Amino acid sequence: MSHFLDRLKFLSRTTDTFADGHGAVVSEDRQWENAYRARWQQDKVVRSTHGVNCTGSCSWRVFVKNGLITWELQQTDYPRTRPDLPNHEPRGCPRGASYSWYVYSAQRVKYPMIRSELMTLWREARQTMAPVEAWASITADPAKAARYKAARGLGGFVRADWDTASEIIAAANTHTIEAYGPDRIIGFSPIPAMSMVSYAAGSRYLSLIGGVCMSFYDWYCDLPPASPQVWGEQTDVPESADWYNSTYLMVWGSNVPMTRTPDAHFYTEVRYKGTKTVAVSSDFGEMAKFGDIWLAPKQGTDAALALAMGHVVLTEFHQTGKSAYFTEYGKQYTDFPMLVMLAEGEHGLTADHYLRASHLSGLDEANNPDWKTLLIDAKSGDIVVPNGTIGLRWGEQGDMVGKWNLEMKSDDGREVDPVLSLRDCCDEVARVNFPYFGAEHQAVLTRNVPVRRLTLKDGTSVLVATVYDLMLANYGVDNGLGGEHVARSFDDDVPYTPKWQEKHTGVPAADVVTVAREFATNADQTRGKSMVIVGAALNHWYHMDMTYRGIINLLMMCGCIGQSGGGWAHYVGQEKLRPQQGWAPLAFATDWQRPPRQMNGTSFFYAHTSQWRHEKLGVNEILSPTAPKGRYAGLSLLDFNVRAERMGWLPSAPQLETNPLDLTRDAALAGKDPVAYTVEGLQSGSLKMSCDDPDNPKNFPRNMFVWRSNILGSSGKGHEYFLKYLLGTQNALFDDEKDCIKPSEVTVRPAAEGKLDLLTVLDFRMSTTCLYADIVLPTATWYEKDDLNTSDMHPFIHPLSEAVQPLWQAKSDWEIYKLLAQKLSEIGGPVLGTRQDLVLTPLMHDTPGELGQPLTPKDWKKGECALVPGKTAPQMTLVERDYSRIHEKFTTIGPLLATAGNGGKGIGWQTAHEVKELATLNGRAANGQPKLETAIDAAEMILTLAPETNGHVAVKAWAALSKITGRDHTHLAVGREHDKIRFRDIQAQPRKIISSPTWSGLESEEVSYNAGYTNVHELIPWRTLTGRQQFYQDHRWMLDFGEGLTVYKPAVDLKTTGAMLGRAPNGEKEIVLNFITPHQKWGIHSTYSDNIRMLTLSRGGPHVWLSEEDAKKAGIVDNDWVEVFNLNGTLTARVVVSQRVPAGMTLMYHAQEKIVNVPGAETSGKRGGIHNSVTRTVTKPTHMIGGYAQQAYGFNYYGTVGSNRDEFVIVRKMNRVDWLDEPKNGQDA
Amino acid sequence: MSYPHLFLFGIYPYIALVVFLFGSLVRFEREQYTWRAESTQFLHRGPLRLGSNLFHIGVIGVFLGHLGGLLTPIAVWEWLGVPLTAKQLLAMGAGGVLGGTGLVGLLILLWRRFSNDRLAARTPLRDKILLPWLLLTLCLGLATIPESAQHLDGRAMLTFMLWAQHILTLRGDAASLVVDAPLVFRLHIFCGLTFFMIFPFTRMVHSWSGFASVGYLTRAWQLVRPR
Repeated sequence: MSHFLDRLKFLSRTTDTFADGHGAVVSEDRQWENAYRARWQQDKVVRSTHGVNCTGSCSWRVFVKNGLITWELQQTDYPRTRPDLPNHEPRGCPRGASYSWYVYSAQRVKYPMIRSELMTLWREARQTMAPVEAWASITADPAKAARYKAARGLGGFVRADWDTASEIIAAANTHTIEAYGPDRIIGFSPIPAMSMVSYAAGSRYLSLIGGVCMSFYDWYCDLPPASPQVWGEQTDVPESADWYNSTYLMVWGSNVPMTRTPDAHFYTEVRYKGTKTVAVSSDFGEMAKFGDIWLAPKQGTDAALALAMGHVVLTEFHQTGKSAYFTEYGKQYTDFPMLVMLAEGEHGLTADHYLRASHLSGLDEANNPDWKTLLIDAKSGDIVVPNGTIGLRWGEQGDMVGKWNLEMKSDDGREVDPVLSLRDCCDEVARVNFPYFGAEHQAVLTRNVPVRRLTLKDGTSVLVATVYDLMLANYGVDNGLGGEHVARSFDDDVPYTPKWQEKHTGVPAADVVTVAREFATNADQTRGKSMVIVGAALNHWYHMDMTYRGIINLLMMCGCIGQSGGGWAHYVGQEKLRPQQGWAPLAFATDWQRPPRQMNGTSFFYAHTSQWRHEKLGVNEILSPTAPKGRYAGLSLLDFNVRAERMGWLPSAPQLETNPLDLTRDAALAGKDPVAYTVEGLQSGSLKMSCDDPDNPKNFPRNMFVWRSNILGSSGKGHEYFLKYLLGTQNALFDDEKDCIKPSEVTVRPAAEGKLDLLTVLDFRMSTTCLYADIVLPTATWYEKDDLNTSDMHPFIHPLSEAVQPLWQAKSDWEIYKLLAQKLSEIGGPVLGTRQDLVLTPLMHDTPGELGQPLTPKDWKKGECALVPGKTAPQMTLVERDYSRIHEKFTTIGPLLATAGNGGKGIGWQTAHEVKELATLNGRAANGQPKLETAIDAAEMILTLAPETNGHVAVKAWAALSKITGRDHTHLAVGREHDKIRFRDIQAQPRKIISSPTWSGLESEEVSYNAGYTNVHELIPWRTLTGRQQFYQDHRWMLDFGEGLTVYKPAVDLKTTGAMLGRAPNGEKEIVLNFITPHQKWGIHSTYSDNIRMLTLSRGGPHVWLSEEDAKKAGIVDNDWVEVFNLNGTLTARVVVSQRVPAGMTLMYHAQEKIVNVPGAETSGKRGGIHNSVTRTVTKPTHMIGGYAQQAYGFNYYGTVGSNRDEFVIVRKMNRVDWLDEPKNGQDA
Repeated sequence: MSYPHLFLFGIYPYIALVVFLFGSLVRFEREQYTWRAESTQFLHRGPLRLGSNLFHIGVIGVFLGHLGGLLTPIAVWEWLGVPLTAKQLLAMGAGGVLGGTGLVGLLILLWRRFSNDRLAARTPLRDKILLPWLLLTLCLGLATIPESAQHLDGRAMLTFMLWAQHILTLRGDAASLVVDAPLVFRLHIFCGLTFFMIFPFTRMVHSWSGFASVGYLTRAWQLVRPR
């Protein structure tokens, strides 16, 4: 009642006494206890998680009290694991636990915001004009356009309402489609696994209007190109629980306790089981402390270490035949026995293409003989076509169907025992050349290889060797044939011995021998339970595929891939979108029309942020010394990309210089088939591809959406190039393009600046990217929306749940794009009407298109072959778009699923039943189709269509695969056939996925998820040329760039510091260091570097790490302000001087926001940039290969990657820390 | 008697007392979580113990002195046979010593609070008003001692006792009693009254609890409650 009156009742308070008056029974008021009771009373508690790229996918309880989100706590009700395995809990880390700060923080975007310059222009124009006209009038006038573009990043947003914001966007999209083509509308959003529905919202909108979704996994450089090369698999890795099954665990360049915090306990626990752990890391990262052995190679030299270990294993276990297991594994699951032709070149013999069935007479292969590789059967001595090659995957008829498996048979049904080495049955010993890139030996190493001599169908004579023999020679292992450049002992300094690696890595040879020997011995005794966890520290280098293939080779030699507790555990990015096949139709609107437009991010940004204009890496610097002279004369990296685009290897965006909507109209007027019309035009030159002329205004990307991403604050390699060329605003680019390499196959015009007309960013916080946007739309946080989240680290599906409705004027991404779809239908519908669109798609992996040009590629533009869409050039498809029905299509499930089915990764199944089920679940819309109104409807669509979450579909999918392999796989899913995981189920408790043929691992009561498991145990081929794991890569470009076999390639020289040294002195010493950008401790995605809780725990703003030696050299002490710069740009930060860091490198945790505590830079006079201000994208030609089995394009599967660790910077102490905190226009605000 | 004088010494005391009592009550009823001393010990220690002890001994002593000195009915003093002069000397002596102690303590505390960046940043406006005001009141109180020393007859003391008792007993003529009091006394009274005005809005409310804690002396060692 009243606190005070109750206190006054002291007379009647004591009702009794006891213990001689030492105790009293009182009737005091107990109201105050309510405070303690209410402490744990909530309005509601919902299960959510953080929709971020941290791979955690942790279950959190989010508490709502008095209508406010108060805090979050780890939820600990995961389904149990097996009895012999620790449980997953607790999952969650300090970053996640501090997330709720954002919800009500000052960082929150509360209302739609528009750049004031643009808003003024828009209001002016709208006085007299309709929306589309108004937009055209603003962007057509260079002065007006420059007015708002040049203000990007300089503040000055005004609050707007949803109506105005969506009207501007719809008008801009409509005008762009009308004037330039729908493929000028670009969307960038990464990692669907972190919030699938939110991703799908934007990509569905873009796919419906004909816009382009940009890939991200490759752009982030999280994609390991080695994985597609070796396995034909984007990335497939063990779940973290499988670490516990390992008995020898190496952690190599992956800081597990810091970046995989919720999973690190398995790393700790497995050591109690007796597992030996080896940490490999250049810096003393947290994970080094877990290692029984710590190897510290110099950064970027890990490939040398891996090759030396491979040398030890090949010498001791393979060449000697010591391990029966390794031999048996190598024969069945790798390309060791495959025959490779040797070609005579300028310097002598080099390994060339695999020998194909088409080369020999008498093999009688009617279907795809070019795509069937061969081996020698030991019993018969015959050269046979083994089961499982990619030629057997596609187009077989009759009883040839069902041979795509790894049974030890030839495709005519005979048992086969493959010959690994020809040493004992060779015709001669050939001297074969191997390229060497390490500089301190000759560039070409000639070694002895046992070979057979064959006469081909065309009458020519050729030498062939097995991959196994070539591997031994390449590793410098003496196969008993002697000769030069092979080691007699591990102490010989010959590539790639342990002794040899010492001078590159600095790791003692003895340690390498010990680790390699233990690793292999363990694998031999446990049948493959040796595992390597790898990560960004290796994968972010230009030649990352060499390091990765070096390590993968080690694993394959030891039979670890596909074995529980063994294998390659690459954890870089939350790539595992478990219900991918259920999600894809939603995300790319393939329920309405196919195909969608997709683009590989790295090539796009390389071209459109004009980073190619500043290219300094010559192709000659990376070509193999064994490549024929002159084959690539005059070509720059961009030229390679353009070739890849026109040959259908890589996608294009924009695609054609002509608006595709106009193109089809012109074709119709000419009375021609649009595809034939386009082919003719391209061949005659009357039509051009956009990539040929990137600075032509017709080929600019015009509108860009960014959602769920902070591209300009985080992943945008070449930040200053983005600012200058794409956005046309203030930047600190110091480089002069005059000093750079000019492309020869591309029209070079004066540089265009400010290509983008409209940058729309959806975010819940004012990130660095938002600051550069024209329109910022406030979106729901992860505690304000319903969505789905999965990870590669565990097999569970998680929900994001709406704890409170989106605050202020925020809307979920689903609702925002729904609104945009509605506005576009309203505004664009009448203007655009129904149009025919011509969509170009590359030769896609896991489709028959991946069988493009089998041997040396021919270029139609050079007249070497005819332009055949889908074979020598991109596939061309006509798609009808009714722009007045975008909203209708967005909000209903289209009819195409029921008629054309669903599928993925080369497997297709009928799904009409599931569509019907969805109609019952979600209800039917006015057009008779199942409804897709809410985010939960969308989530149900994903869960119902995906094999991973719907047992019926899983069984159908396995049955479909069984047809191709000729083996019954349905037993893997029948046990869970009637399981259906719905959205409310996962809100109640995270659910384990159902095993599906779209992944190579199983989730069952017997094994943990592990990549390649079904390949090994179900004999499903890898989706490569040979159907096996490939030590060898035989595409012409791979050979010419010296990567047929794994070699050691040091970091490339990007030439960005020399010209800057001493250019703008401030009197302090300048030192040059390698620039390494790992994950940050205090902000791994789940929170960002502007979270005050996390800032308080670290340095409160941007910081870089220096070694004690380097700091001393440059006269820097801990906490000094330094400027870090090179030709690409500059950044300012405080210094952490630490023994953790070895001399010669500086660490800067990536994605430290530009918005907190960033002073001006002395060199530029402008505010310091972000970590990417000093980087630039450099592409690699071998990543552009396409139409070649596993080296064929897939969205986020293969393509150029945005590496960044070869970069060097100048570090210099700052004399003057200028905060530049005067108002924008020099006057007081 | 001017109107301002009537207001300040006849009406203002009631306003101050009402705000003091009613304000404290409302705060106690409605804002229990704010009913605290707002200690900054965990932010910075410094000379807190010394300053705080000196200040609390001095100020509590001065408060009790004022309470006893002003509100004890004159008849009681007469019955005890304490002459006015002696009472005045006692007030001057004890008040001087305790007031001086409090002043030293307060200066230490103020120095500690404003010389430390963390504390200065965590010092709210209410403290920035309260603490200087206490200092002012205390200084004025000490400044009355030399004034009193010129008239050791205790008459002035008697006047203030009468004034205080008239105020408390709701007699309307209280203001007229102090018309001729020296300025420094009147300023001290005004400051003292205003202190009571500020009291409920500041950390001073903890002193209610401080006095209530005397109850612990008679409390049983263990308290239990029926359901």
